[in-house]
Amino acid sequence: MSELREILTRPILANNPIALQILGICSALAITTSLRVTLVMCVALTSVTAFSNLFISMIRGYMPGNIRIIIQMTIIASLVITVDQFLQAFAYEISKSLSVFVGLIITNCIVMGRAEAFAMKNPPLPSFIDGLGNGLGYSMILIVVGTLRELFGSGSLLGYQVLPLIEQGGWYQANGMMLLSPSAFFIIGFLIWGLRSRRTDQVEQADYRPAPHTAPEEVF
Amino acid sequence: MSSKDSVRQTLLVAFLLCLVCSIVVSGTAVILKPMQDDNKLLDRQKNILAAAGLFDSQVHTNADVGMLFEQFTPLIVDLDESRLVSENELDALGIDPVTYDPRDALTDPDLSNALPRDEDIANIKRRVRYTTVYVVAEDGGTGFETIVLPISGYGLWGILYGYLALEGDANTVTGIGFYELKETPGLGAEVMNPRWQGQWPGKEIYDGNGRVAIDVVQGGAAGDHEIDGLAGATLTSRGVENIIQFWMGENGFRPFLEQFRPSGI
Repeated sequence: MSELREILTRPILANNPIALQILGICSALAITTSLRVTLVMCVALTSVTAFSNLFISMIRGYMPGNIRIIIQMTIIASLVITVDQFLQAFAYEISKSLSVFVGLIITNCIVMGRAEAFAMKNPPLPSFIDGLGNGLGYSMILIVVGTLRELFGSGSLLGYQVLPLIEQGGWYQANGMMLLSPSAFFIIGFLIWGLRSRRTDQVEQADYRPAPHTAPEEVF
Repeated sequence: MSSKDSVRQTLLVAFLLCLVCSIVVSGTAVILKPMQDDNKLLDRQKNILAAAGLFDSQVHTNADVGMLFEQFTPLIVDLDESRLVSENELDALGIDPVTYDPRDALTDPDLSNALPRDEDIANIKRRVRYTTVYVVAEDGGTGFETIVLPISGYGLWGILYGYLALEGDANTVTGIGFYELKETPGLGAEVMNPRWQGQWPGKEIYDGNGRVAIDVVQGGAAGDHEIDGLAGATLTSRGVENIIQFWMGENGFRPFLEQFRPSGI
């Protein structure tokens, strides 16, 4: 039981897919301008990762090695289409503002990465939990980014005005940069910095060091 | 181990997987279709209301759409003969203005015509004969306060569908909106942005000579006819201009609208 809990919670801080593995950045930049959209995206990605892991793990014993990637893609794509259909039926406006990004979950490295790295080698239940955990790790970063961007970019949270804007007679001047993609880059950068200064084991070894200064005569 | 990777097993697994996946995908699509259609209708009605300036997202919610929409009278316009179709004719044609969808009629050769290439400015290939316009009647007058006209045309990736609302003089724009498009998110799809649409109200479609004068320009829009194009979406901007040129022109609503123009065109 404690092992399953470990699988669930490890990806949230210790092995976060965005902060440590730097995966899934694309959608983290694109859809975090408003918290409501962010939450829907988190639910969509978490359910796709969890269920794709579950199904892939269930049939891993029958999967021919040479077509395994395409089988994984088929399962992931089917799940994403299903999720997209549900969003269009139950959350039409949010699905419109997510536009292509729901479809792009298919190519999200987290989903593919977990399928290939975990679900292919583990039984269904741990695989499902692993997908759930990685989805939650992704969600945690996205929710933090989404909260900051919506709060400082439009002075609201989930559409409710928290900081009264100057245009509406309040005191807060909205920070327009927060609504542009680069701000998510900065926020994720600061999050990674914060996380790695607390957990120094996540700091990567520099893989390239400039050579020390060489005198010209040594070169020739 | 070898049997798992045999050709037989590979084909079998691929076949079964495709079968199961297609059943799941088509099953959800079929089951959820009615709800999605309701959402699309609601969205389209909201778009019509927004173009006519009757929907304020700060005040109204989706629940109000049905009630607000009752302000409109849907009327069928015969674009070939540039006149309204009377109720008797509608009965004969079997068209109900409330449920009739001009986009379905596009595939019916009796209800739509192919456009010659040189006249097909908006690149829509076929134009329907009967289309629905939404009218808010003028208080105590014979004219209308607002008329909402369906418009469509090619942008960059596909056809944009939307509505253009005009005031009673059949010239001044009340608003514009698009409810379906395939343009690039963040670039061309910004035609859906209320801020961009906000520059349309008050603009005039026709100039003094009766020419369609709306011009989507690159930067520095000025005057009654110019609209600022979208940065990074030149082709979508040009598409929008073509849409207005076509639908407000000779093959579009212009001959029909002429009767409402106070000074003629």
